[in-house]
Amino acid sequence: MTDRELQQKSVQLRKKLLKYIYQAKAGHTGGSLSCIDILNVLYNRVLNIDPDDFKNPDRDRYIQSKGHSVEALFVTLADRGFFPESDLETLCQYQSHYIGHPTKKVRGVEQNTGALGHGLPICVGESLAAKMDHKSHRIFTLLGDGELPEGSNWEAMLIAAHYKLDNLYAILDYNKQQITGSNQEVMNTEPIKDKVEAFGWSVKEVDGHDLKALEDVLNNGPFAEGKPNFIIAHTIKGKGISYMEGVLKWHHGVPNEELYAQAQKELDDLELAL
Amino acid sequence: MDVQVKETKELVMGKPNLEVFSATLQDLAAGDQDIIVVTSDSRGSGKLVPFGQKYPKQMVEVGIVEQNLVGVAAGLASAGKKVFAVSPACFLTARALEQIKNDVAYSDNPVKLIGISAGVSYGALGTTHHSLHDYAVCRAINNLMVVAPADNVETEQSIRLAAALDRPIYIRFGKKPMPFLHAEDQTFEFGKARMITDGKDLAIIGTGETVHPALLAAQQLEAQYGIKTSVVSMHTIKPLDTELLDKLSARGCPILTVEEHMVHGGLGEACASYLFQKGCTNKFRIMGIPDEYTVTGSQVEIFDHYGISAPGITSVALDLLDGNFRMVKK
Ligand SMILES: [Mg+2]
Repeated sequence: MTDRELQQKSVQLRKKLLKYIYQAKAGHTGGSLSCIDILNVLYNRVLNIDPDDFKNPDRDRYIQSKGHSVEALFVTLADRGFFPESDLETLCQYQSHYIGHPTKKVRGVEQNTGALGHGLPICVGESLAAKMDHKSHRIFTLLGDGELPEGSNWEAMLIAAHYKLDNLYAILDYNKQQITGSNQEVMNTEPIKDKVEAFGWSVKEVDGHDLKALEDVLNNGPFAEGKPNFIIAHTIKGKGISYMEGVLKWHHGVPNEELYAQAQKELDDLELAL
Repeated sequence: MDVQVKETKELVMGKPNLEVFSATLQDLAAGDQDIIVVTSDSRGSGKLVPFGQKYPKQMVEVGIVEQNLVGVAAGLASAGKKVFAVSPACFLTARALEQIKNDVAYSDNPVKLIGISAGVSYGALGTTHHSLHDYAVCRAINNLMVVAPADNVETEQSIRLAAALDRPIYIRFGKKPMPFLHAEDQTFEFGKARMITDGKDLAIIGTGETVHPALLAAQQLEAQYGIKTSVVSMHTIKPLDTELLDKLSARGCPILTVEEHMVHGGLGEACASYLFQKGCTNKFRIMGIPDEYTVTGSQVEIFDHYGISAPGITSVALDLLDGNFRMVKK
């Protein structure tokens, strides 16, 4: 896949996730749009995974701690061939496995997540197991900035540093907003870099919508031998849709028919311009 | 059939279940490097110091972070390790309850959750250190077995079976030496309760460390009143041995449950829920720790205080039998 095709894919994945959120009349729109570029790069340029051999013990792991941005994960997994995209027509419908958070009932999903502050500790366990078994696969998680205050995250950071888990990559989808308002207003977590470094991790900052930059950072670890890796990906909530970018109500807002058409038109234009 | 166990003094005293747990784990680890123990600064209280010395690579210390004890254990189990997450039952099943519910049970990561010093084992340390809620909360979580072994045999068997189990399980026990309760030929299986004695007049169902006082009460009932009692170790609280409950219920005798747990949501209510929804008409009584500010003292003193003792259980049994017994002349 060329770089240009990868960029096109980011736009196409945005279109798809909006489509299924619009159809289901439910979803975490803003956060899915802020992390979709990260997922695109992970699944198409970083993770060593094979949809046909998904249970291979040597595969890289991706566990999405911010489970509510599940629409971004589902369209990415479908695109990567884990299941037919048409399955997503059932999103959030009665008895569908495609629910509002990741579950292992969906092929390609590693863990059932959704409660915040759970992804990183599980990844610490996976990373420890990989070290015990002298395996070289990597373990990735995606954290939301709203869930960062959860104490379990900071406990996990202590443990990861203590055991020198440099095979562990925590990516922060830093869109700087959460359901009630800005992180700054709700609960200030800054200075994140200083805090995480003080916990013994190696930290890099990256533009979370710059595919090339993401790929470079994620594929060039460990950043420091013996230190777990933390990536602050600066993102924009609602990225790609003019009226959603940075606007709080799109945290889990669903566009009406008119706004949905406008969003798809904006994405069509964007794709043509690439 | 008559009561098989005779006098109290003939019960052979064993070790604390905690020590049997530790010894069994060492034995398992010797032949299997995938056996991993995760502790939250709890290796001393878990009698796991020798394990850590012998198998340092198979012990993961996470510090005093119970939520991560369970979350990290889930990740290890997901990667194929046979993980025992060990912490005092009071912290394990309260502080880390969301991790138990989501990361272990819901995600189906086969962690073996080991609640040590359970119930009122830490009697004098107060409510912070008591676990009188754990059966209730764990029973209410899908895909989680709940086990309380009564003696050394049940403890060893539970740990061995748990090591090979591919689904989540919670096992809790205390730290007081326990007598051997069982006839030698009995096999152990999760979900299959064990009859310690088989008598037709009354059934006393205990679990964990209450089976012993239940047995002592049965001996007293037999010796003083000629009452023949079935004493059951319902070591698996979930899934319950409903087959045995059916059998006991069919005898029409009163049924008494005894547990080291609050009377809400534990063994007694589990049995009652099953039996009464099936139309059981047996007299029924739940003994346990009442819903009040829990008294403190040693485990035995707390048991005595709440009647979880030979005289206490005997007295409730006689009440339940409603004068339907005869004094046996010595
Ligand atoms: Mg956010």
